[in-house]
Amino acid sequence: MTGRWDLAVIGGGILGCAAALQAEAGGMRTVVVEQSEIGGGASGVNAGTLSLQIKRVRLMPYALRGREIWEQAGAAIGYHRTGGWTLAFNAREAELLTSRMAMKRAAGAPVEIVSPNRVAQEEPGLARRIVLASWCALDGYANSSLTGQYWRARLREGGVAMRAQTQVTAIDRLAGGGWRLTTAAGPIDCRRLLLATGGWMKPVAAMLGLDLPVRARINTVAVTERGPRLVGSVIGHATGLLTLKQKPNGTVLIGGGWQGRGTPQQGRGEVDADTLTPSLRLAQFAVPGLAAFRVLRAWTGFEANVPDFFPLAGLAPGFDDVFLLGCVRGGYTIGPYIGRLMGDFILGREPELPLFDPGRRFDPDGDKLA
Amino acid sequence: MTDLIVLGAGPAGAAAAIEAAALGLATVLLDEAPAAGGQGHRAPSPALFDPPRGEGAALREALAASTARHLCGRRVWMLSPGFRVSAIGPEGPEEHHAPALILATGTTERVMPVPGWTLPGVFGLAATTILLKSEGVLPGRRVVVAGTGPLLALVAAGLIEAGAQVVAVVDARSRLDWLRATPRLAGRPDLLARGAGWVARLLRAGVPILSGQAVTRIEGEDAVSRVQVAPLGGGAARVLDCDALCFGHGLLPATEASRLLGAGHRFDAARGGLVPVLDAGFRTSIPGLFACGDGAALEGAAAAPLSGRIAALAAAAAIGRLDPARCRERMAPLQAAHARAAAFGRATAALAEPPDALLDLITPETLVCRCEGVTRATLDSAIARGATTLIELKAATRCGMGSCGGRVCGDPAARLLARATGRDRADIAPATARPPLRPVPFDAISGGFDYDELPIPAPAPL
Repeated sequence: MTGRWDLAVIGGGILGCAAALQAEAGGMRTVVVEQSEIGGGASGVNAGTLSLQIKRVRLMPYALRGREIWEQAGAAIGYHRTGGWTLAFNAREAELLTSRMAMKRAAGAPVEIVSPNRVAQEEPGLARRIVLASWCALDGYANSSLTGQYWRARLREGGVAMRAQTQVTAIDRLAGGGWRLTTAAGPIDCRRLLLATGGWMKPVAAMLGLDLPVRARINTVAVTERGPRLVGSVIGHATGLLTLKQKPNGTVLIGGGWQGRGTPQQGRGEVDADTLTPSLRLAQFAVPGLAAFRVLRAWTGFEANVPDFFPLAGLAPGFDDVFLLGCVRGGYTIGPYIGRLMGDFILGREPELPLFDPGRRFDPDGDKLA
Repeated sequence: MTDLIVLGAGPAGAAAAIEAAALGLATVLLDEAPAAGGQGHRAPSPALFDPPRGEGAALREALAASTARHLCGRRVWMLSPGFRVSAIGPEGPEEHHAPALILATGTTERVMPVPGWTLPGVFGLAATTILLKSEGVLPGRRVVVAGTGPLLALVAAGLIEAGAQVVAVVDARSRLDWLRATPRLAGRPDLLARGAGWVARLLRAGVPILSGQAVTRIEGEDAVSRVQVAPLGGGAARVLDCDALCFGHGLLPATEASRLLGAGHRFDAARGGLVPVLDAGFRTSIPGLFACGDGAALEGAAAAPLSGRIAALAAAAAIGRLDPARCRERMAPLQAAHARAAAFGRATAALAEPPDALLDLITPETLVCRCEGVTRATLDSAIARGATTLIELKAATRCGMGSCGGRVCGDPAARLLARATGRDRADIAPATARPPLRPVPFDAISGGFDYDELPIPAPAPL
């Protein structure tokens, strides 16, 4: 198509796709421009955990609604509601678990503290050295590998145009308003622009002269070969440094945010043997039967954040036609919901829940918005 | 302190290690097998009575006489920049560090799927050479040898030598293809004569050579009992009874290691497909990282040791242990000899390139990814739903997510994707290389540890 799009979304991850769908449904002619595959970044390589127990208290209302959207998507994204355990192996972790889960429960997550005996009864494959655990029946997982296929189909049904394998190399103001995106496949002109570029938020925003305090984490995920059944639910650790689930095919997926090497600007992240090893040790400590499995593959995905670890979702500071959406901690769970809110905001509607002004002052030490 | 690590003790890696050690470099040579030689010169099992002596034995003797430290039985699972090599050895996990790393990782065998190709009794062509040479074991008594490339004649001659009946040799390439290749093969008359010897052996034994034909279906209850063979251009099919099929379509450079380290790669059909970008000194795009042998470009066993020696000279210069002028001077004759040997190797490798018509033999029910049980129909359906890259195809279908890491299905899947989307095979990028390089036992990595000593960082913000 030629002419000017009402909205161009840079970034074809879950956030960008969900926002694009909502905007298109609201009458805006929308195009998604993605540097690699739709859903090919963190949206498609994360561990797929949908756990309320690891969500931040303030983001809980968003996570509850995001989880519902995934549940409705069902088999198309490999959704499984298994319930999830979070484990504490010593007194310090038990204290952390008790205080944190009380606050998450107050925020609306149906989390309960349970005794080691009940854990042993229901998940006999877990370590015996559990001091305390929490349980959330709503927890589960989806298959992030299916992100791309699922959102491609949704975009196609919704009438959103897609430009995959299309890297934006410059963003320039058009005379008379709007924006021109320069790509190897030719220019893309639009009235409004949404940056939903995940780990690449900082370099893409820099094309607009914005210097965002965004950093990218390099999260590591590993998977084993198929093996006999060890656990049936999602397993976490009081510190958040483990997420583990065994898929119906017998493979075990291990995440938890252990850091690899590399930067989005370099184009690739790398698994670091020095962090992969302790992540596997923690997993094996929680699920001793893993000792007999073989590690098949490990990889990394970029997760962007700002100093207060809350999302960027709103107008780009200093602009009235450029929007930012990213840095959503727990973005896989929350993504489809906050993307929808963002679409509403771009359409000029009042979002159901408040967004997170990217122009706020960041307090690096606190966890409250300044 | 190690100066150089060489991965792979085949002809290229062993030659590289020997050359580097002779230059005074403290060299460590790592290999998965219990003895040096690679697949081509694999050591015979000690259980074999009176094993034949050949180039492999000479290679092992030269290596033993060298100061290079050959560590066999090592499963290398991780490579890190700088360079650090993580391996599982006989005593457990080990780490090796060196400023220079030469990759000599050899090849993976390609098999183009047809119905029944995963039945017991179907052996790879290269796999058959290992059975014969290393174990002295026959795949069957009545054997069909089928596929493409020079391994057909080598395997068939070897089977006859070992006492099997070869029912037929079925070559998907035509006699004309072989004739066209002859001028390029003539650069190494010695090797050409060796190949002619294999063919002569077949003709003496009265083995029919069915050129321009292919196995279209493999049948049997629990194992292969017959194969259907038909001309690729159309024509009547015939059925051949057999109890084994040796089946393969050439070799693919094993580039997982160079891709894992992030070296630049390109698709070069003349060099076997996806290969690392190299200069005349076998330097990759990453300083200190070199690749040689068939893992770097499919140029054959004669070219391999020459490429290894050149890489060793370049590595010595790279870490300041060989004067650059002296390095160039010593490289020049090796480069000239390599060019001649490589031309022969590339010509033979080209004869193993599977014709496009073989894609038509992959029926909808045929498994393409045997690890994950993914059929062609599943792949076609994902492509119809908009998968345009191998990464998308893998994510949507699990093709290549199994134990082999896509080494077996990657090339056929890429060919199917290219054809379905009207592109060249060369335009289909590989899926991302991910560690471990081979599956590793969980507790071999995790080892013994104390929970309280795990480096658990501060918890995430509430």
